[in-house]
Amino acid sequence: MMRHGAGSDWSVRKAGAGSTGASEAAGPRRVRRSRDSAHRCPLSEGSEHSSERTHSNSPGRQPAPHPSARTRPRFPGGSIMDATVAEYIRRTVLKMPKDEIKMMLQKWGFLSEAQLQTLNFHQIKDNISHEVVQLCEENSADIKQAAALDIIYNHIYQNKRMWSVYQMKKSGEEDEYFDIADFKKKFKRRIRSALKNVTITFKEYEDNAIWIRVAWGTPYKKPNQYKPSYVVYHSQTPYIFISASMLKSNLPLLCQALIVASNYHDIREMELRSHSLNSLKDIVFKRYSQNFETYTPKPLQGGNVEPENADIRIIHENGREKERIHRLNQEAFGSGPQPQLEFAQYKLETMFKSGPKMDVLDKKEPFRCLVKFSSPHLLESLKSLAPAGMADAPLSPLLTCIPHKARNYFKIREKKKSFVSP
Amino acid sequence: HLATSLPLPSERDHLRPRIDMVVFMIDIKSKYSLKNVETSLAYVDASFFLGKVCFLVTGVGRVNACSIETNAVCKLAEAYCSPVLFCELELEGIRAATAQRLLRMLQICAGHIPGVSALSFVSLMRNSNVD
Repeated sequence: MMRHGAGSDWSVRKAGAGSTGASEAAGPRRVRRSRDSAHRCPLSEGSEHSSERTHSNSPGRQPAPHPSARTRPRFPGGSIMDATVAEYIRRTVLKMPKDEIKMMLQKWGFLSEAQLQTLNFHQIKDNISHEVVQLCEENSADIKQAAALDIIYNHIYQNKRMWSVYQMKKSGEEDEYFDIADFKKKFKRRIRSALKNVTITFKEYEDNAIWIRVAWGTPYKKPNQYKPSYVVYHSQTPYIFISASMLKSNLPLLCQALIVASNYHDIREMELRSHSLNSLKDIVFKRYSQNFETYTPKPLQGGNVEPENADIRIIHENGREKERIHRLNQEAFGSGPQPQLEFAQYKLETMFKSGPKMDVLDKKEPFRCLVKFSSPHLLESLKSLAPAGMADAPLSPLLTCIPHKARNYFKIREKKKSFVSP
Repeated sequence: HLATSLPLPSERDHLRPRIDMVVFMIDIKSKYSLKNVETSLAYVDASFFLGKVCFLVTGVGRVNACSIETNAVCKLAEAYCSPVLFCELELEGIRAATAQRLLRMLQICAGHIPGVSALSFVSLMRNSNVD
């Protein structure tokens, strides 16, 4: 929003900054410059900009010279950085925890080490973000670099997003040699042929993970950088992990582009969702410790259940029962750490059977039932139910099959089998 | 002796000394716990209910996690003529105090305190709300 006040054409209210008043300004409004070009020359804008900046950083409304304004060299030509890019970079930096900003900027590699040295990381984040944007202006950052910074943030904080898993199917040919450049080219081409206004960014990581960030626009609007979709693809596997943005309408196009680029012919969504990307990978790549059926005829002596206290005056009467529970638990869950899931959902499509006394209509089904288990670490808590005495061992296979079947959404239908996997 | 349910496994019968007191622990966060206690009560000989049985309700500190109504426990205790104690095991002070109370009760049940018998625990049953 722009107001043309008397003394200052930069009077703009900075969104979300909690500061108000006519004296506030933010660098991103630079793009309006062109309309008022008669009144400006780049030099004065540069200095105006840095002096304006001081308003936003001081607690009162008094303009105070920004500490960096004195030390940073003036950039004579003015910056050609886009306003939206600057704002996006600023907001991305604001998302980062203060003590990690330096590390992430170093990973980014867009600012030189010398430039990073000039940053004061001990001030409030608001100021740090402004200084970073200034440096980016000196280097003329564009949306590609901003998107790269966003990928770095989201790679480190991948567990803040909700990930879904998709599986691709090949038509039957053997895997050819995977060419990453070819993949990128085909992907971009497929998406751009349907939608011009997109920002596509790739980043490869050491574990063979390819991260793709796509910001979506419409035929008439530029891409919305604040709601991108993220895709993680391990090229040697048929699995794709997608963290969709709100814009679900772009999902079919995304899926199509992925199968075209990776030479598969079909893709389907698995019923598996979680915040922990690594756990999803563990489940589909079968990297967690699984149990293998062992037919030991007799359980071991009581030694494998850890003694709770060494006090020999305490006698546990139910030692054998504890051993049995422990053994059944091991068989069901394996002995290693479990992948981290936050919920399991069971949709019952079975008929509601009311007792003869209940006055519920028996013509139509009055209820449909949805059971949802949530936990910060669902599988570990299921594993500890029987040993804690809260449930009988063995647990229902509906619960223990979650990692093996690689799903945490179930539909339970009438009993022909105990549950159906579509 | 700690057991998760009754009856006690018979193979250790010969190793067990005389039982002076039975404390049924009910976790207020688990309905399963109450059910377990209710089924185990059937295996206790009637003579124990003359002061040698006590109900201990744990986890009362976490008000938000209660799955059992205290009313239900009190009714159960009344039905079996035995006192109820409430405690929170996660707090060291309360844990120690509760242990001391139980120990005192055990001493009386075992007959170690002259002049006091387990039958006097019936006075703990009197509901202070009722006049």
